[in-house]
Amino acid sequence: MNEISIQGRARILGDDINTDYIIASRRKRDSLDPEVLRAYLLEAVDPEFAASVEPGDLLVAGKNFGCGSAMEVAATVVLGAGINAVLAKSFSRTYFRNAINNGLLPVVCDTSQVVEGDALSILLGTDFTVRNETRDQILNADQLSPIVRSIVMAGGLVTCFREHGGFPTSGVIS
Amino acid sequence: MSQPQLGNPGKTIAEKILSAKSGHDARAGDVVVCALDHLMATDGSMPMTIDYFDRMGGDKIASPERIVVALDHYSPAPNRQTATLHDQIRAFCKPRNITVYNVGDGIGHQLALETGRALPGSLIIGADSHTVTCGGLNAFATGVGSSDLAAAMISGEIWLRVPETIHVELTGALQDRVHTKDVALALVGKLGADGAAYQALEFGGPAVPGMSIDDRALLANLSVEMGAKCGIFRADKVTDAYLKGRGVDRGAPTSADNDAVYSRQVTLDLTSIVPQIAMPHRVDNVIPVTEAGDVPIHMVYIGTCAGGRTSDLHQALEILRTGAGFAEGTQVIFTPASRNIMKEVSSDGSLAEFIGMGGIVQSAGCGSCCGTCGAIPGDGVNVISTANCNFKGRMGNAHASIYLASPASCAAAALSGRITDPRGFAG
Repeated sequence: MNEISIQGRARILGDDINTDYIIASRRKRDSLDPEVLRAYLLEAVDPEFAASVEPGDLLVAGKNFGCGSAMEVAATVVLGAGINAVLAKSFSRTYFRNAINNGLLPVVCDTSQVVEGDALSILLGTDFTVRNETRDQILNADQLSPIVRSIVMAGGLVTCFREHGGFPTSGVIS
Repeated sequence: MSQPQLGNPGKTIAEKILSAKSGHDARAGDVVVCALDHLMATDGSMPMTIDYFDRMGGDKIASPERIVVALDHYSPAPNRQTATLHDQIRAFCKPRNITVYNVGDGIGHQLALETGRALPGSLIIGADSHTVTCGGLNAFATGVGSSDLAAAMISGEIWLRVPETIHVELTGALQDRVHTKDVALALVGKLGADGAAYQALEFGGPAVPGMSIDDRALLANLSVEMGAKCGIFRADKVTDAYLKGRGVDRGAPTSADNDAVYSRQVTLDLTSIVPQIAMPHRVDNVIPVTEAGDVPIHMVYIGTCAGGRTSDLHQALEILRTGAGFAEGTQVIFTPASRNIMKEVSSDGSLAEFIGMGGIVQSAGCGSCCGTCGAIPGDGVNVISTANCNFKGRMGNAHASIYLASPASCAAAALSGRITDPRGFAG
């Protein structure tokens, strides 16, 4: 894959959305299946949120998205809800890695001007271009490091290992 | 392999450990592939790790002797589903010679400290955010998700971006009834929930030689509450004595160069620190206990990888035994971080004293910290806890409020039934 193109409707969240808010740890007691857990997505923030998600929606958050735990269901539940990218001012490092590894695209950009329901488009080719189509604005996105980009382009870490037997080597010193 | 060049600045502990493990002159900002010394998963993260391992076409495990799985989150299993997860984990690990710490053995991070798996200069990943705890013993220890752990089990390696380092200078000495937890909360309040994001915290200064490994593990533990990749102490006589006492090797002690480059220097004067409390529902919503107002407390929790050690129960008992008993209707719970701690507090009489006061004791492990097992607070309940997270719903009920404080402040609240400054108790 040389290019990833995603369009969707902005769903606005605040700063410091932690993994327990994305999916409560106690929900893992009953199931790890994203198809089951999606019903509880962001329930601590808004109990009505999960039911309002339409496939193709995009999460748009402030700073430090995914802080707290390293639990990976916090990434897979978002994908399970049909959301393929999260835009935020910054991510916790564990959430960023988990997102990349699972094929959920984390986009670091200034999200402060995005409004609930705005139509956004993301194009990851040679460069990373994010547009707010509703407001005709470009959101300057941080470029991905070479190793992260190659995991993204492979579709995630599972594909890297299954098809290439290990980490992509480009962008790594050793 | 590139060689260090003359004139290059010195390195932080993080840069030195990642240089040693990658075979490269690793500097902040570089991306390196590193060989791992220790890999840890929990019953919370291992089920997904097994799934990723299978989907990655996992066959052979690179070094099974370096891997452990701690059954700590569901300890004991609260329902059929989690008991089944335990069976799946055991079935995966046994034929592959992977060590499983059983239900009741304790929290993986604490067991890494106690068993000599966390050693000075070592590189550790764990599929749990509080893996950073092992930095108390001079290890570079960081949390990852299940997929990274599965990849590391197959390859024995991980890719890491070498972090910039914030130097935290600890000076002075703590006042009576003020504890390291107050220092950790003060630091979280000062830096904020993302104040150390992607960076390492290196703790140093004249106060460090007087700190126990329990104290250091606690400060390292809360590093991730500031977004840090790891929190590290240098190794010293206290480290050596801790390791020698457990009959393990002293590892490869690693200190920073005098001319190491730091992104930021933060100084905390311990003498000026007063008891701190993190108010709901943010760990960086930190104020002095005296400014918390009149807050009734219904549940007191002493436990977790932040505050479930022998010294934590001892600190609490010092206050508890000055009072006339727990406030009416207050649940006071202790969850030891490991079986070893359970044995220590049993043999020194602390546990019997606590139980005699009306305290509740849970099986060693993560306990009530994240609502995965153990007591769950009811609606409208205010909990004061020695833990490290107070997100809404963290303990299993989004209608409860969690306040984070020291064991002494928790004990003071147990006696008065309200948030209380522990310095008011003579003892």
